[in-house]
Amino acid sequence: MKSAVIVFPGSNCDRDLAVALEQVTGRKPEMVWHKDADLPEGIDFIGIPGGFSYGDYLRSGAMAARSPIMRAVKDAADRGVPTIGICNGFQVLTETGLLPGALMRNAGLSFVCRPVSLKVENSQSLFTSGYETGQTITVPVAHHDGNYQADEATLDRLEAEGRVAFRYLEEVNGSARRIAGILNDTGNVLGLMPHPERVIEAAHGGTDGRRLFEGLLETVAA
Amino acid sequence: MKARVFVTLKPGVLDPQGKAIHHALEGLGFAGVNDVRAGKLIELDLADGTSDSDIEDMCRKLLANTVIENFRIERLEHA
Repeated sequence: MKSAVIVFPGSNCDRDLAVALEQVTGRKPEMVWHKDADLPEGIDFIGIPGGFSYGDYLRSGAMAARSPIMRAVKDAADRGVPTIGICNGFQVLTETGLLPGALMRNAGLSFVCRPVSLKVENSQSLFTSGYETGQTITVPVAHHDGNYQADEATLDRLEAEGRVAFRYLEEVNGSARRIAGILNDTGNVLGLMPHPERVIEAAHGGTDGRRLFEGLLETVAA
Repeated sequence: MKARVFVTLKPGVLDPQGKAIHHALEGLGFAGVNDVRAGKLIELDLADGTSDSDIEDMCRKLLANTVIENFRIERLEHA
């Protein structure tokens, strides 16, 4: 699996994501700078990492979503290339319009940084096939703007179509229906606030994130 | 030519910052504040002849996230 990790000024989880991808796939991802207009040839997977791209100016993810590389990412995602946005990456994907809704300031106003319990709501996606539906996993969050909001019709559609991939099992940030991660309508784009790349080996204090990358690799390689 | 763009949260969208400001005002003893909503003011210095539709385009494509925000444009012709 040949993967690309997009790097913006202010990304700070790009290396964590690259290490996770290399450990699981055995292949170093291409690190792609936000000013590049094109992705490398033959990319099977795109990762948009966490961080604080452009210092969260205007709105979290707003500036990054308009950078040159995002046009290429959008084209690739529209062609069906699996694309994940983690934390700031999720914010970038909503700002780009690849995922519905918006991520607003946490309801408690505080930056939340701790491991949280998540329920895997749908294990039938490209990204979640390594889990069982209904499984509880523990993955850290670290964000100020993770409060997922969308209009009721959109939320109902996400639920009805099985596009809520992960849900918090506890109150974290005020997200509508405790949504932690969602899929696009074709199932090849996932955005989530928790950081699976931070729990891939025992030394991290947990390995619940590793199955996401392993499941993805199995599906993409199949 | 200058223009001001006011970006505000849509009605019904939860505004945690507005709520916190509201609580702080009450904490300072200001009675009679029914609600607070926080937004943004963006000032643009534009080439003469920039059309309304150009400014609207700027708002839709970047300045406001129309999923959650409304915007209002105020032109200051001779400022």
